[in-house]
Amino acid sequence: MTVAVNSSQTGEPVFYLADEHPHPEGYSTSLGFWIYLMSDCLIFAMLFAAFGVLGGNYAAGPAPKDLFDLDLVAVNTSMLLLSSITYGFAVLTMQQNKVGQTQMWLAITGLFGLAFIGIELTEFAHMIHEGATPQRSAFLSSFFTLVGTHGLHVSCGIIWLVTLMVQVQKFGLVEANRRRLMCLSMFWHFLDVVWIGVFTFVYLLGVLR
Amino acid sequence: MNTDTHAAHAGDHHHDDGHAHSTFSGYMLGFVLSVVLTAIPFWLVMSGTLPSKQITALVIMAFAVVQIVVHMVYFLHMSPRSENGWTMMALIFTIVMVVIALSGSLWVMNHLNSNMMPMHQMTGMK
Repeated sequence: MTVAVNSSQTGEPVFYLADEHPHPEGYSTSLGFWIYLMSDCLIFAMLFAAFGVLGGNYAAGPAPKDLFDLDLVAVNTSMLLLSSITYGFAVLTMQQNKVGQTQMWLAITGLFGLAFIGIELTEFAHMIHEGATPQRSAFLSSFFTLVGTHGLHVSCGIIWLVTLMVQVQKFGLVEANRRRLMCLSMFWHFLDVVWIGVFTFVYLLGVLR
Repeated sequence: MNTDTHAAHAGDHHHDDGHAHSTFSGYMLGFVLSVVLTAIPFWLVMSGTLPSKQITALVIMAFAVVQIVVHMVYFLHMSPRSENGWTMMALIFTIVMVVIALSGSLWVMNHLNSNMMPMHQMTGMK
């Protein structure tokens, strides 16, 4: 402010710098990561659109009603939901600087994530064994692309989680590790949000159709 | 910095990254709400309580929208203030894009199906 006033008095050109003070390292990381998540959201939106358009084209093959076991999907959904709350506990213990407890909750989160991936792969294997492969119909192509992309994200999240556990073990809850854990927190909860769309639009509406 | 209550209500602090206000009660409330909002649609579809499929479909979609909002607020800690509102701006932009892409795709492809009706009816005839 004062700079602008002085300059206008002397008649010299006025320069405005919106960002004049230096920011600490990682200052913009969470916003940048959020924007990445939004672009990821667009990827999933396209896959949902493809499924919405093609989801009814069975090519005389199996329909959702013949393939989906809602009990299994309910178990899978609860695995992901439980992993979300345990990640929340990991964040809370991280904020209290309890390294051991943070590691424990991260490990539990990872186990729930592995259970989710395991159940999903079992379901895929079962479907493929019954001849419901991605090549069978447009419905199955779009189904495997959408649900498989989500599963791939969760798998990457688990790898990231293990990496961060090693980091925390080596360097403790330093500022950089806290920032990384908060990014993974956003990623993990975001995947749970996408899964809400998957179980509603793919599984529940599929069985209803 | 001035008081403890201010620290507890962080988020309006300039350099706050928008995560400082995660609390145990917030996570638990979000979790309980999510469990309820997940269980009801599964129960509706598995038991077939509602009279028509259209009503069931609309109701479970409404539950999904509410649950997404619950996750955004309690797990992702979305608030209009975080990052000076930039996360909210990015979110609104994304929602607009997603709505255009989804509704546009479904609308256009549905009309395409209608225009190919003779073919469709032929395959539909038993």
